Amino acid sequence: MELSSLVRKSASEWWIPQRGPMRVPGVIYGSEALVRDMDEKVREQVVNVATLPGIQRASYAMPDAHWGYGFPIGGVAAFDPQEGGIVSAGGVGFDISCGVRTLRTGLRGETIEPVARELARELSRSVPAGVGSHGRIHLDEAALDAMLAGGARWAVERGFGIEADLDRIEEHGCMRDAIPSAVSVRARRRQQDEMGTLGSGNHYLEVQRVAEVYDTDVAQAFGIALEDVVVSIHCGSRGLGHQIGTEFLKEMAAAAPALGIVLPDRELACAPVASEIGRRYLGAMRAGINCALANRQIITHLVRGAFATLLPQAALTLLYDVSHNTCKLESHGVNGSTKPVFIHRKGATRALGPGHPDLPGGLREVGQPVLIGGTMGTASYILVGTAESERLAFASSCHGAGRAMSRHQALRTWNGRQVIDELASRGIIVRSPSSRGVAEEAPGAYKDVGAVVDAAHAAGLSRKVARLTPLVCVKG
Amino acid sequence: MSTNQRGESSWEHFPHDADIGVAGMGPTKAEAFRQAALALTAVVTDPAAVRAVHAVPVTCQADTDEVLLVEWLNALIYEMAVRAMVFGDFAVEIDGGTLRATAYGEAVDVARHEPAVEIKGATFTALEVKQGPDGWRAGCVVDV
Repeated sequence: MELSSLVRKSASEWWIPQRGPMRVPGVIYGSEALVRDMDEKVREQVVNVATLPGIQRASYAMPDAHWGYGFPIGGVAAFDPQEGGIVSAGGVGFDISCGVRTLRTGLRGETIEPVARELARELSRSVPAGVGSHGRIHLDEAALDAMLAGGARWAVERGFGIEADLDRIEEHGCMRDAIPSAVSVRARRRQQDEMGTLGSGNHYLEVQRVAEVYDTDVAQAFGIALEDVVVSIHCGSRGLGHQIGTEFLKEMAAAAPALGIVLPDRELACAPVASEIGRRYLGAMRAGINCALANRQIITHLVRGAFATLLPQAALTLLYDVSHNTCKLESHGVNGSTKPVFIHRKGATRALGPGHPDLPGGLREVGQPVLIGGTMGTASYILVGTAESERLAFASSCHGAGRAMSRHQALRTWNGRQVIDELASRGIIVRSPSSRGVAEEAPGAYKDVGAVVDAAHAAGLSRKVARLTPLVCVKG
Repeated sequence: MSTNQRGESSWEHFPHDADIGVAGMGPTKAEAFRQAALALTAVVTDPAAVRAVHAVPVTCQADTDEVLLVEWLNALIYEMAVRAMVFGDFAVEIDGGTLRATAYGEAVDVARHEPAVEIKGATFTALEVKQGPDGWRAGCVVDV
């Protein structure tokens, strides 16, 4: 991105002044190097989002922002329904409520290492992953309705996990006001055999060790310490979310002119929150969030089963579960007062600061865990929400590394077997049904997640707590 | 960029930051759509490695050629997902705003197809269906 088109407000805050059809300015967070490396399309998309009706304060981009669909990936924007504010299918994306869940195991690295290979095999056998894989649970229409309304709470009631899990999930495991009847027959068909599946692409299940602790007090509050072993699950609402996104993107794009909305880019497809289609999308999208929460809950249950087989002394408890593709009704400060807004986080993580009432006891004192996924060869991070993140970006932070290289270039650069062998020589066991998939997801195809996390920390969006390195990675 | 030539017809992948672009070229619009579908399969696996065991009918409609392409690719993504299939060839007819097609393929065989990635949906990004001096081109970015 051409830096001369931006106004630098601080070492890690860059503004796009409000001009033309923009209703608010754009704000990009990141180091000079990260912002310079961003595609010019990011600036264009931040500007386009700033033109949408009812937008509040600014159109934000996180340090990992890259070229998305309508919204940049790493985009954050809030809309007030009282001012004609919109909800956007493009602003949530195809993988509704894609997110990361991290579980503590109560184990140390030295316990895992002797059985790591068996554990990798057991995990890949227990959790279906990859193209064409189906779960072991088939949902009929009544069960689908209950799952779409109940989320992880539905899963726990069905025996997939325990009540205590729910407190450590965003929305306490159940997104309110979901409308299962707004989810189409085709979306339901895509999901009826996909519960408890990981998917493919950048989704993964990892056993990780805590390799570095930056903030001992917060780490202690999160229940983690150096050399502890944790498990992280990165996946979303599977085929159901993809189909909801596909259908509403098309419907909102077609309906926009009649609703008086000028779309600078068809992918910005949106509708007023107060419109019939806006309300219907919100209901379907919330059902999609519940699908993702239920899916990660079922996978948690499967992971617990795999651990129980090999390491019965393990006690897998939730550290936290947080999504990074959502639109939620939250209260935020705008022009000196607090009001409800519909906040879109597309490839951005909610990051509530200390004292926030939505956080459960044990976390409220320190702030929300912000879980940042890395690649199978580098690192993932645990951060914590800050008090200033509310002022900076409606309590939001980054979500991951973002690709540095296209899938095609990655395929030409690496061979899947070589990637697996190279990672094995570094003590990282990768299990995947697809060698080509591994090559496309090679660690070198991604940007430096450490630089992204450092930038989020420097900007004050969230603060570093711990770095996690992979021991076992199950990919689709 | 990856390409595959079949006489006057061909398909290609073009780069996108996080995802991948698919495009088909051919002497007719229907052939360009067929080639775009082959490019879609090639995101997942080598189309030449897919056997034509089952035939799946697909019909879609749209007001514009561009939206028809998105509908066509999304219909195939849906059929791949719910049937756990991959498709290696297609017969495509387009009449006005209506596309009628048959997709030929088989159940996913993980060992033989080594499927790389699921496709979430076709998008409006870099979407174009146009006729030039060398024939038709139909393409867009797909989210994976």
